[in-house]
Amino acid sequence: MNLILFTFIVLLGFTSYYFGRKKAYTIQSTKKRLTALPQFYGYYLAIWCAIPAFIIFSLWAIFEPTIVKLLILSDYSNQGYLDDELNLLYEKSKALSRGQFTGEITPFIEASAEKYLSLRSIAQSSKVVIVLSAIIASVAYAYKRISSNSRTREPVEKFLNAVLFTASLAAILTTVGIVFSLIFQTIDFFKVIPLFDFVFGTHWYPAKAFVRDSSEALDPTMYSDTFGAVPIFAGTFFIAFIAMCVAIPIGLMSGIYLAEYASTKVRQYAKPLIEILAGIPTVVYGFFAALTVGPFLKELGTSMGLEVSAESALAAGGVMGIMIIPFISSLSDDVITSVPQSLRDGSYAMGATKSETIKRVIFPAALPGIVGSILLGVSRAIGETMIVVMASGLAANLTLNPLESTSTITAQIVVILIGDQAFGDPKTQAAFALGMSLFLVTLCLNIVALRVVKKYREKYE
Amino acid sequence: MNKNKEQLLNKRYKAEQRFRFYGLSAIFMALLFLTIFIFKIFSTGYSAFQKTWLIVPVTFDAELMMLDQNPSKEDLQDADYYDIALKSMADLDPNANEDQENELKRMVSYFFEKEIKNELLNDPNLIGKTKEVYLTASDDLDQVFKGNYPRDLPEDQRRVSDYQLKIFDQLVANGKVESKFNISFFTNADSREAELAGIASSFMGSIFSILVCLMIAFPVAVLAAIYLEEFAPKNRFTDFIEVNINNLAAVPSIVFGLLGLGVLLAIFHLPRSTPLVGGITLSLMTLPTIIIAARASLKAVPPSIREAALAMGASRMQTTIHHTVPLSMPGTLSGTIIGLAQALGETAPLILIGMVAFVNTIPGSPMDPAASLPVQIYIWAESAERGFVEKVSACIMVLLGFLIIMNLFAQIIRHKFEKKWS
Repeated sequence: MNLILFTFIVLLGFTSYYFGRKKAYTIQSTKKRLTALPQFYGYYLAIWCAIPAFIIFSLWAIFEPTIVKLLILSDYSNQGYLDDELNLLYEKSKALSRGQFTGEITPFIEASAEKYLSLRSIAQSSKVVIVLSAIIASVAYAYKRISSNSRTREPVEKFLNAVLFTASLAAILTTVGIVFSLIFQTIDFFKVIPLFDFVFGTHWYPAKAFVRDSSEALDPTMYSDTFGAVPIFAGTFFIAFIAMCVAIPIGLMSGIYLAEYASTKVRQYAKPLIEILAGIPTVVYGFFAALTVGPFLKELGTSMGLEVSAESALAAGGVMGIMIIPFISSLSDDVITSVPQSLRDGSYAMGATKSETIKRVIFPAALPGIVGSILLGVSRAIGETMIVVMASGLAANLTLNPLESTSTITAQIVVILIGDQAFGDPKTQAAFALGMSLFLVTLCLNIVALRVVKKYREKYE
Repeated sequence: MNKNKEQLLNKRYKAEQRFRFYGLSAIFMALLFLTIFIFKIFSTGYSAFQKTWLIVPVTFDAELMMLDQNPSKEDLQDADYYDIALKSMADLDPNANEDQENELKRMVSYFFEKEIKNELLNDPNLIGKTKEVYLTASDDLDQVFKGNYPRDLPEDQRRVSDYQLKIFDQLVANGKVESKFNISFFTNADSREAELAGIASSFMGSIFSILVCLMIAFPVAVLAAIYLEEFAPKNRFTDFIEVNINNLAAVPSIVFGLLGLGVLLAIFHLPRSTPLVGGITLSLMTLPTIIIAARASLKAVPPSIREAALAMGASRMQTTIHHTVPLSMPGTLSGTIIGLAQALGETAPLILIGMVAFVNTIPGSPMDPAASLPVQIYIWAESAERGFVEKVSACIMVLLGFLIIMNLFAQIIRHKFEKKWS
């Protein structure tokens, strides 16, 4: 039904475009000067057609369900039902009217379902009538207003500008959406679990919170020693540290080599090849770490008499490091190439070798940019999910031994939220609280890194 | 004194060479990782494109199938195939006892009844006759035949019994085992049985998610980029938008999954596990990537183009829509394709919005529950059966193939259609 109406409105839009242009041509044929190209008269009418339709459609979408619900529930208003029961009744009759209801059908529900259906059809038909008459009225009004000296280009362009502006708000809306989706669950979580226990507690066993029944769900004493996030934070930074131990030396050295030593030919082939590493999906890295690197390290450890877990932090961190190499190498390559040639020439003129120039002149000059690229790499490592989920442990151990398994923020979020979630359960809320801390940490890292890189760019541009 | 100087110089040259060597070996290491990686995936994955079939003689006994004389098409549909299927497997070893018959049955997939049925539906004249039918081997025998399964383990640690191996070897010796191209890997949906599992459902899930993502992210991102690059006044508010975009590009993907879960599912009640929700979540993720690419290519259009149009009396809007935007399209499009390729490989946010559900039907619209290719990789990688290992690698090969094609496409658009201004 909505689709037919929508197509009809689009057709109306085209028709009004046609009439607007036609009227412009008629004005032109009477030898009067137009103030805009004839198309603009068409666009002008089409916009007058679209705006009322859009407004009515959105109003309807917002208010129709609430009004229908109020009308149906007004039948039950004096019978002493609780709010929850009323909601349930409403959902039941809605389901019945769609033919999806499987429970016991009482006459009450049946009557409501019929009423629901009739109300819906009244709503639908009145929507059609109101939308169409509104469109016709507004287009007719606009058509009357068009004359030789009326302005049409300016309003049309203003409208387009407004559309462009709205689109640019999408980025802000996304950020607001992220904060919004995280913050309420997080606040609810901290109502039950004290912030202090979360930040400084050293035991993380969310599975313990699962078995409790709902009557105990809001009792804070039940959750002592369950949601202490220290092992998770420690594990996250530990694995990120291992990853950076792999990524920084390899990434930085290959960035330096590509920028300073490599011939154009080598650069042309080596750079895109290294960047392939960044394009491989992380789930593939995870599979590689879990299937190849983990068992390999375990075997290697056993042959040396060490006890290595098959899901060691070393395997996950090492593979994550490989993933981050191209981020660091590309960014530091860019940074180093943008150091002015005069600095190099000055150093060579003093008799320094190439490596001495790099180490003593170029590296210090490029340092802010390199630090920025490393910070971005750290932010990647902290936010990386699939490698950790697949290759590292899921139990949160507080350990600094790279051969044991640890867990991270991202892995815990996945473990908690995989499968069905019950909102309002502290376990689910814990995942959102972890997400909030992840968001905040990466936000800080990103802002600092972006600012450092930007400052650096400005210095040499 | 002179000698000292020479020593010092030598030392410095050595240091120079060492430094250069470090750089070269770093690049070498990075490329070595890449090679090992690709080699490992291909060497474990290529065998999944082959499937092992057992050729078993089946007697289509009308009595056992409970069929009357001259059965109609419906009768054939409803006939009982289980007994003849069981019997033909048991006939492989006439001396088998009951346990062994059971083991014989488990040499083929549980789908064998259907395969025999299809054979008869294709050729109803087979009733009463015996025909050799191709049956899908169980995943363990499939792995044995491909040489991926160690036969020298003690029997109780193997999923294939000595007896099954004996019969299997007889079949191999008689040429009754055949390996063919594995079409069902591409046409089947996911299954708990490794020998029947395919990527069709996750493939369609990926396609739908990417389409939804494209339909939302592309228009919004291009419009936003046009506004920010061509019309936005330079003030605090546009700076704020800019900071937002740059920051969103670096937010971990799992946070977008939480957004999808907390807003799209919990507040808007969109259907769980569907490519629709997946696509919307991914579109929010790719939005900044596309905006940044589109702005860069708008910026690359030289001001002289705009000035020429303005000088001819065009308004700013006309200049932008008629000249600047079309000229920037190649760069925008290639940026969009790269953003979509990123979205195609994304797993974590999709897991959070429930696209990990086991789906054994092929979705027909974005509103049907589905997995996606990377999520399928995750699901299979987590399951213990040996038969899934090669499937995971094969699925990775398909996914990497798509990513390579998309990136090549982006390159081609950029090099072929982008105007060089100089």
